Amino acid sequence: MGLDFSIVPDYLDIILLGVAWTIGITVASALLSFVGGIFFAVIALYSPWIIRQPFRLIEWVFMGTPLLLQLFLIYFGLVQIGIDLPAFVAGIIGLGLHFAVYNSELIQTAILAVDKGQMEAARTLGLSRGEALRKVVVPQAVNAVIPPIGNNMIALLKDSALVSVIGVSELTLSAQRVIGKTYRPFEFYLVAAAFYYVINLCMEWVQRKIERRIAVSR
Amino acid sequence: MTEHTHFVEIRHAQKSYGALEVLKDISLNVERGQIVGIIGSSGSGKSTLLRAINDLDPLTGGEVWLDGIQVNKSLPHRQYEKHINAMRQQIGMVFQHFNLFPHMTVRENVAMAPKLLKEISKEEANQLAAEQLDHVGMLERIDYYPSQLSGGQKQRVAIARALAMKPKLMLFDEATSALDPELVEEVNQVMKKLAEEHMTMIIVTHEMDFAASVCDRVLFMDKGVVVEEGPPEVVLENPSQKRTREFLRKHIEGAS
Repeated sequence: MGLDFSIVPDYLDIILLGVAWTIGITVASALLSFVGGIFFAVIALYSPWIIRQPFRLIEWVFMGTPLLLQLFLIYFGLVQIGIDLPAFVAGIIGLGLHFAVYNSELIQTAILAVDKGQMEAARTLGLSRGEALRKVVVPQAVNAVIPPIGNNMIALLKDSALVSVIGVSELTLSAQRVIGKTYRPFEFYLVAAAFYYVINLCMEWVQRKIERRIAVSR
Repeated sequence: MTEHTHFVEIRHAQKSYGALEVLKDISLNVERGQIVGIIGSSGSGKSTLLRAINDLDPLTGGEVWLDGIQVNKSLPHRQYEKHINAMRQQIGMVFQHFNLFPHMTVRENVAMAPKLLKEISKEEANQLAAEQLDHVGMLERIDYYPSQLSGGQKQRVAIARALAMKPKLMLFDEATSALDPELVEEVNQVMKKLAEEHMTMIIVTHEMDFAASVCDRVLFMDKGVVVEEGPPEVVLENPSQKRTREFLRKHIEGAS
């Protein structure tokens, strides 16, 4: 039996629902990873030693262990201590924090690379250290790391398939469910791959837009 | 307690980095509306002295007073931060390398600090920015980014940014040293305009002609001490100290 895509339209509604979930989870975790990345970076660089330590532990967990294990921990593990999260929320937190740690590394480097004169000029105007970071230093650092963060976000999109194992019906799991009904793995995995590719293109387009907007301000 | 009758008063300023003493017991008074120039070779401590006035480079000894308030008074950390931020709002500073904020437009560069620190609306801050930019002749570039400006234009925006906080005192740290020669004049013109408006200014400069034309008083510094001090026509034209003469001679040779 060869490839036959004629049955794909019959199941397109299930697949498209999966696409919607994948986009939703990717966007939400991307935002969390971005804001979390800035937060972790500022903590790592500017907070007292005692505050840094718990965050270093979080960083180690999210960098040093498999994402799959992290998702199991958040979804199945936390239930034991009374935190029962819906699967998609657990997925967003897991993906978001995992990539926040990677984004934080990028942002820390970029913050340190901002010219010292920027902080001085801001302090001279009367801004506090925190105000100077928020208004002057961090925005420049973030502008500088948009391209590498964009790469992380593409990786995040691909890794969002992992949340299928905790039962979120995103694109990969939706394809699997359709395959379970039709016994047509090749066709539907290819369809899923095509949708991932399209989402990927959209993300690259958004990234280019943002890069062009900030290009003038450097 | 001693009376503080001068507008700016630096008393026994001392600064060392370990064993290296860069400022050795310097005292200086500046009256309201006065313009004081500081000259000297690099490493003489002139920029360090200027940067001590707003505590950007804290002194290791001595006091700085502005308008009856001690700038570098000793307070617990949190209180000191509050105090110094309030003091710095009254002390404008212009840097050699402009230090404009590259991610903001010219308007935002000037309006940001007033909007954040003074109790004024966004519209008022933008209005204030426009006025200050008009003052330095940069109004038509209000929506540009710093990367789209020449060095002279950047420095004029930096001056407008400092002026927007309505400072009592302006500090200029070699404001024209990083500029191409043909761009120096436009910045000097702005500084002269401020002088005519009786802004109190302390100017670290390499330009003797400019110092001679705007300063009420000139200080020559060498190796962390003030070697000679007086009206520009004396210090720059008839210096009494040998070190001043040598510096000026070398400077003229270097310039020609």
